[in-house]
Amino acid sequence: MGKMNVNLCGITLDNPVIPASGTFGFGYEFAELYDINVLGTFSFKGTTKDPRFGNPTPRIAECTAGMINAVGLQNPGVEKVISEELPKLAQCFHKPVMANVSGFSVEDYAYTCEKLDKEPQVGWLEVNVSCPNVHGGGMSFGTNPEAAAEVTRAVKAVTTKPVIIKLSPNVTDIVSIAKACEEAGADGISLINTLLGMRIDLRRRVPVIANKMGGFSGSAIFPVAVRMVYQVAHAVKIPVVGMGGVTTAEDVIEMMMAGASAVEVGAANLVDPFASKKIIDDLPAAMAKYGIENLANIIGAVQ
Amino acid sequence: MKQSIFEIIENTALTSNVYRMRLAGDTSAITAPGQFVNIKLDGKFLRRPISVCDCKDGVLTLVYKVVGAGTAQMAEMHVAEELDILTGLGNGYDLTTAGERPLLLGGGVGVPPLYMLAKELIAAGKDVTVILGFNKQDEIFYEMEFRALGANVIVATADGSYGVKGFVTDALPADYTYFYTCGPEPMLKAVWRATNTSGQMSFEERMGCGFGACMGCSCKTLTGYKRICREGPVMRKEEILWEK
Repeated sequence: MGKMNVNLCGITLDNPVIPASGTFGFGYEFAELYDINVLGTFSFKGTTKDPRFGNPTPRIAECTAGMINAVGLQNPGVEKVISEELPKLAQCFHKPVMANVSGFSVEDYAYTCEKLDKEPQVGWLEVNVSCPNVHGGGMSFGTNPEAAAEVTRAVKAVTTKPVIIKLSPNVTDIVSIAKACEEAGADGISLINTLLGMRIDLRRRVPVIANKMGGFSGSAIFPVAVRMVYQVAHAVKIPVVGMGGVTTAEDVIEMMMAGASAVEVGAANLVDPFASKKIIDDLPAAMAKYGIENLANIIGAVQ
Repeated sequence: MKQSIFEIIENTALTSNVYRMRLAGDTSAITAPGQFVNIKLDGKFLRRPISVCDCKDGVLTLVYKVVGAGTAQMAEMHVAEELDILTGLGNGYDLTTAGERPLLLGGGVGVPPLYMLAKELIAAGKDVTVILGFNKQDEIFYEMEFRALGANVIVATADGSYGVKGFVTDALPADYTYFYTCGPEPMLKAVWRATNTSGQMSFEERMGCGFGACMGCSCKTLTGYKRICREGPVMRKEEILWEK
């Protein structure tokens, strides 16, 4: 069997597969189904300074080969994440976890990251400057190189663990934003968050989603994600975590050849709760099929 | 929750757009009436959540209405075809609070989950009254099935073409110990107002995953935020917070 372990910002992952934030809760729901320690790691539900209910429902719309969500960062707030969710996670997951953080001001991001940075379970901070579902926050930081760099600097100033900035694809020049984050001290880049999308209920002549628009994800966005991972990975020196529509072990290999050091799996977990495990189970055969003995060697193999 | 493959053993029309599908498979994760299953369909990204109508000895009965492309696809399926289904989703009804004379109120496609509930309540020796609400006579289904269980059955039609003219709330009996209901939200709201006992109500929402991961179907209640798919779909009357 080939080698599946990879290095992400100085921490070794047994394999590159990481369930993406917002599709895996705080892990323990999935631990009822299988041993989640088979994962490389996972990125937990986007956490903010204060508790949030999120957007009104309906928050979900189906699309061809994908879905739109407008959940709006529902989470119990960083204090409860630390006091209630992380202890529950500790019962079933024994690897470093990726802490996903969002905010509405530079100070919010720094506050939440500083708190989570102190938690021994946290391996990486994934800073979401790309949520399309909240107003006056999230994506507004990720669509401007200067703002993204400012968040990066503020978080780096108060943390010790690797900081991965999660970028939005809803921009004209993803490379300039990734480079700005790298120059500001980011340890890694993850992309892509969801693409802004919309569906309409033809009978009622209203948007399906109460918030009108939401983030489009699922296998339909995979080629867009591969393209952006390729562009960013070839422009920065820091590791890139690729995501967007990943559904199979072959998708993981494709993302890595495009330049990803590790790969997140998102919407696929919502359709098949065993999706991430199945991808890991399928990786050895897919590696054999393409003559890959060491997954780490194919990162960025495509020039 | 369990993910398993079921084989269709029946798929028949009960009315012009309501079908009964019976499937053979592992039903061991289904532990209470009022739970639902989530069905993967070829070519559809998200699964289809459908309430459990009955479940016994490895046979799952679903009664569903064709409302969109997914359910239309289900209606076209044949015996011996297979479906990938997540079972045992949601909390289901709690039977322990029923009292001696529970009242069950179902509206349209909200009727099916009450069938397994009525069956279990009757098996527990309760005197069960069921009010079934439909728009008109040719939409009625399962009246005879509920009678066969031994329930007192009242049918209400909005246009008066059969049974009591009006909504389920126009057919309320004078005396009942508790209520259980499932149906469209305006009906639930009317039942919430018209009933004079405690009770349980089953809600619907557009879902992403159906098992608590995506937070797509959250709602606010007087006892905190709940996911319709996980802490619901059944809520207690006293905790409901009407927003819309």
